[in-house]
Amino acid sequence: MTRFILRRLLLVLPSLFGLLVLTFVMLRILPNDPSAALAGENATPAQIAAIRKAYGFDEPIWKQFVIYLKQVAQADLGNSTISGRPVATDIALRLPATIELTLCALVFATLVGIPLGTLAAVWHNSPFDHVMRIVTVGGLAIAAFWFAIILQLVFSMSLDWLPLRGRLAVGTPEPARFTRLFLVDSLLTGRFDLFWNALQHIIMPAFTLSLGGLASIARFTRAGVLDTLQKDFVGYAEAAGYRTRRIVWVYVLRNSVVAATTQIGLLFGALISSAVAVEAIFDWPGIGSYAVNAILTSDYKAILAVTLVVGVIYAVVNIVVDITHALLDPRVAESL
Amino acid sequence: MLIVKKFLRDVPAVLGFVIIVAVVLVALIAPLLASAEAVYDGNIMERLKPPSVEHWFGTDNLGRDIFARVMVGAQGALIVALSVVALAIAIGVPAGLYAGYTTGWASELVMRVTDVFLSVPQLILALAVAQLIGKGLESAMLALALTYWPFFCRTVFSETRRVRNTLFVDALQGIGASQWRILMVHVLPNVASPVIVRATIGMGFTILTTAVLGFLGIGATPPSPDWGLAIAESREYLPESWWAVTFPGLAILITVLGFNLFGDGMRDLVDPRLRRSR
Repeated sequence: MTRFILRRLLLVLPSLFGLLVLTFVMLRILPNDPSAALAGENATPAQIAAIRKAYGFDEPIWKQFVIYLKQVAQADLGNSTISGRPVATDIALRLPATIELTLCALVFATLVGIPLGTLAAVWHNSPFDHVMRIVTVGGLAIAAFWFAIILQLVFSMSLDWLPLRGRLAVGTPEPARFTRLFLVDSLLTGRFDLFWNALQHIIMPAFTLSLGGLASIARFTRAGVLDTLQKDFVGYAEAAGYRTRRIVWVYVLRNSVVAATTQIGLLFGALISSAVAVEAIFDWPGIGSYAVNAILTSDYKAILAVTLVVGVIYAVVNIVVDITHALLDPRVAESL
Repeated sequence: MLIVKKFLRDVPAVLGFVIIVAVVLVALIAPLLASAEAVYDGNIMERLKPPSVEHWFGTDNLGRDIFARVMVGAQGALIVALSVVALAIAIGVPAGLYAGYTTGWASELVMRVTDVFLSVPQLILALAVAQLIGKGLESAMLALALTYWPFFCRTVFSETRRVRNTLFVDALQGIGASQWRILMVHVLPNVASPVIVRATIGMGFTILTTAVLGFLGIGATPPSPDWGLAIAESREYLPESWWAVTFPGLAILITVLGFNLFGDGMRDLVDPRLRRSR
């Protein structure tokens, strides 16, 4: 097992290194002259030269790359070209909001997607299965940003059931900081009013985000359960007189869900992508809305930092998922 | 014709095919029928009118007819998605063929580059690339293609690896066929079906991503009837003018649904391993 974890970690190194090269190339080579961009429009050539020296842009390119690696290793992603604030600090402040949102979406998608997928497999080719197929394909076809606006239109603007935007009602002080996840922190401090407040705010964005994931999880569960239902042990269990309900929900599901967990790693990429637009619409103070702001203000340092951070998180999530998968199914560990 | 029969039994896939044909027809015909006033200029006296017999989907803040704009928008959406997918195929398929058929550092390099591109969610990478090459529809398209080709490369790579080890490729090498000939005439047709499936689903996916870019303001520019842009422009007139946001979004949903249903059906046809309805 240790061997598997080590090898899995080694596997990710080349692509992380490649990601650093890619962001470096985009950061240093594509903007024609980064020093001129940093100095502003009315800079004199002397000022530009000074900046070039200060930032090490006059060094050979490989040396600049080494400097870049050192900066990244020290969590220094540069300062925003617009606000001048350190990008890494901004991202660190906003990351918990995105984590809370994506986790909620993922949990909801799993809790609803797995039972739906299982039912569709058990009743395959029934009307329920056909409806589920159109619903799951539809879940992947819906534009999350549009769905978010429609939810706002119905549940906030028309019915006034849920708050329109934000993470807490305006003027509410944040709960004490332990995990920086409002739902968790408010419970830890016993502030149920804050928990309710935060919960109401997260329902619509998390539901919007979960749609695509829900659809994929339901589809993969369906395929897995259908496969397992063909296995000999199911026939044996039936012959031995086990109840169908027990066979499906205990033995079959346990054997099919393991493979579906690998999908969660891939789903995370889709979640983060939809989070960009969804956060912007609900004014959710996470890295998605940060990225949108950076785009609107052409803050290229912030964008590349987001790219790098998301890439690293994506890699970590996939490693965790693979290790979980190997723990659940030892055959996986042997195959690597 | 067994395959056509099999396909016709797959009701959702046929539905997808019908949707695609309908969207293509609309994209071809609508621009000929719609007037410039309805789509681009608008009539300010008629602004923000709800759906009626005159304006089936209502009008937007400039008094433009939303039905006409949604229909004409189909053309842009299809052209963008086709170009992005075609460009991604043009890069990804040769790269995948080469990397899959040969071994050595160049093949390794292609696959490592692919891994790097796949290590960040496509939309995030596309945002970064679009940011660097400038705003506008062309750069958004280029950014999408530059971040989508690795999906084709990965698919073609693994298929080519599989085909390379088959007996008939050994035989071709034995009788002295050139590498170019083996790849183009014999390997390519064998890897074509997963590429076609991937491309169909990629069409739907690209329409969605383009809409997001349009909505965020780094894709199509006004007065284009782009669906994503239209939703962004009409958002501030909510909740009164719900129709201006609702209909372009439904157009995205139906079009993408068509490509996804059709792509799903095609996958079942070409890849019995993944068959869904047993």
